[in-house]
Amino acid sequence: MARVAFRWTVLTVMGVFFLLPLVAMVEFSTRDPETWPLLLNWPKLSADYPALAVGILASLAQAAVTTVLMLVLLVPTAIWVRLRLPKVRPLVEFLCLLPLTIPAIVLVVGLAPVYAWVNYFVGGSSITLVFAYTVLVLPFAYRAVDTGLSAIDVKTLAEAARSLGSGWFTVIVRVVLPNIRSAVLSAAFLTVALVLGEFTIASLLHRTNLQVAIEFLGKSSATVSVAVSLAALLLAFVLLIVLSIAGSWKGKKS
Amino acid sequence: MTGVAVHLDGLRRTFGTVHALADLDLSISPGELIALLGPSGCGKTTALRILAGLEEATAGRVLVDGKDITRLPASKRDMGMVFQAYSLFPHLNAQQNVEFGLRLRKRSLKRAAEMLELVGLSGFENRYPNQLSGGQQQRVALARALAIEPQVLLLDEPLSALDAKVRVQLRDEIRRIQTEVGTTTLFVTHDQEEALAIADRVGVMKSGKLEQLAAPAEVYLRPATPFVADFVGISNRLPGVVEGDTVQVLGTKLPLVGTHADGAVTALIRPESIQVSPDPSSSAKVLTSSFLGSLSRVTVTVDDHLVVAQVPSGDLPELTQGTRVRLTISPLAVVVE
Ligand SMILES: Nc1ncnc2c1ncn2[C@@H]1O[C@H](COP(=O)(O)OP(=O)(O)OP(=O)(O)O)[C@@H](O)[C@H]1O
Ligand SMILES: [Mg+2]
Repeated sequence: MARVAFRWTVLTVMGVFFLLPLVAMVEFSTRDPETWPLLLNWPKLSADYPALAVGILASLAQAAVTTVLMLVLLVPTAIWVRLRLPKVRPLVEFLCLLPLTIPAIVLVVGLAPVYAWVNYFVGGSSITLVFAYTVLVLPFAYRAVDTGLSAIDVKTLAEAARSLGSGWFTVIVRVVLPNIRSAVLSAAFLTVALVLGEFTIASLLHRTNLQVAIEFLGKSSATVSVAVSLAALLLAFVLLIVLSIAGSWKGKKS
Repeated sequence: MTGVAVHLDGLRRTFGTVHALADLDLSISPGELIALLGPSGCGKTTALRILAGLEEATAGRVLVDGKDITRLPASKRDMGMVFQAYSLFPHLNAQQNVEFGLRLRKRSLKRAAEMLELVGLSGFENRYPNQLSGGQQQRVALARALAIEPQVLLLDEPLSALDAKVRVQLRDEIRRIQTEVGTTTLFVTHDQEEALAIADRVGVMKSGKLEQLAAPAEVYLRPATPFVADFVGISNRLPGVVEGDTVQVLGTKLPLVGTHADGAVTALIRPESIQVSPDPSSSAKVLTSSFLGSLSRVTVTVDDHLVVAQVPSGDLPELTQGTRVRLTISPLAVVVE
């Protein structure tokens, strides 16, 4: 009896803790009935709040490019390390998890001089943030991909495929990738969610993205800024749900 | 289709200080099935993997059909391999698994169905690996390996994960299919019964080298060395005296395998060549007897020696503990050391 009461107390406290800000956001952003329809009206939104529109587009582009960059760099590396260089796996794992242990603010201190060069060579466009973001998402993406690889016997599958006549490229594309599809999907979704929520690095490196624009907008038009935050949260939430559905769908098949 | 000849020529492979293979020589005739038999860690898998191109030899050559393929990558070698671990592609069903090699070679996919039929799995085409039993998975793996019409078929303990009954059944089936297709085959196992039952010739390995390579009956009846004798199940080590080409053990003269200088030796006698019958006047006594099915095992003490004999279980009631018995040894050639 006491345990049930305790459980409900905990759940209630946690629920209030998490839901209260969200409820407050919903309440606040619906005070003006014009706010939410505005978000669905892109021409009007970009005309009335040009900075926000730029931020949204910048974030979407950053999310897309970071995801591609992360997949291209990480997936083949993770597979290759497992197949051919099992000895360096602990090192790769350590390197990939390193960004997690460094606070974003410290990361920026290190990134600032690097970005001075980036400015010089590539320019100050907000899309250049993808380099920093690829490093930032590495711990999460690596974990996801590595979990997928652990679930299958990569070495035996690769050897079977090779003895049947496939070269390394075919092994990776036709044998390994299809079997870690849901893991790769998780890595991609996590990347998108993280990039859409990133503020510190963008702000400190004087580049724009969704969160920077929201923060800026908060000073002039609080309702719209809160509504956009909420929409971004919902999007991340939907992504995570899709992710878990993709996971269980894969689980049903195998 | 006829098989090709395979030669392993002075193969050596070291892992740090471990000599997995130490100058292994092995010639396989076209269409022959050779079983590599040996204790764990003697280098069987290493030999097979080098032949498949999945492992590099430290020294030595691999010749297939007269051509040196030592430096050829696995994907170009044209060898079908069945692994000890389940190796079907989890995202493909049985049919697609068998088709995998055919697609890479742009061959007709019709062969996949034929192969599944050959291994007795028609009707299972659409099952995914996780919907198949272990034995069925290994059958699909065999079909997949055979579908590409490989020059050489390599089997690395394909049956070790299966239960005893399925093992015997699938082993006989592998032999039937191999004879039918005629592919030169190397079959690795550490189960002596499996090796003797399936192979044209059995190669017994010890520490990276071949101890003996001969027909199953030869290995069984005339093991070349004490190690081979021990490995094919000869467990009695009895004192004997060599005289010319015979050895006298427990009062019986037996022919000798090979030659040995005259004098006192230890003879290796298999349990099934010793018959036990009650004889009150004998000094030998039954120590223990254990029922094993149609045959049973009896240990007898003779002049401070322990002798293990295999007897028909029907004789067991009269061979209780303490019974005085007479031992007769079948006149088969024995190994001495
Ligand atoms: N990748 C490796 N690194 C280091 N040592 C290895 C490696 N592969 C094999 N060995 C060693 O080489 C020796 C032969 O191994 P191998 O796998 O060929 O044995 P095996 O005869 O197949 O044994 P089992 O019956 O247990 O499968 C063993 O001592 C093993 O420890
Ligand atoms: Mg082995």
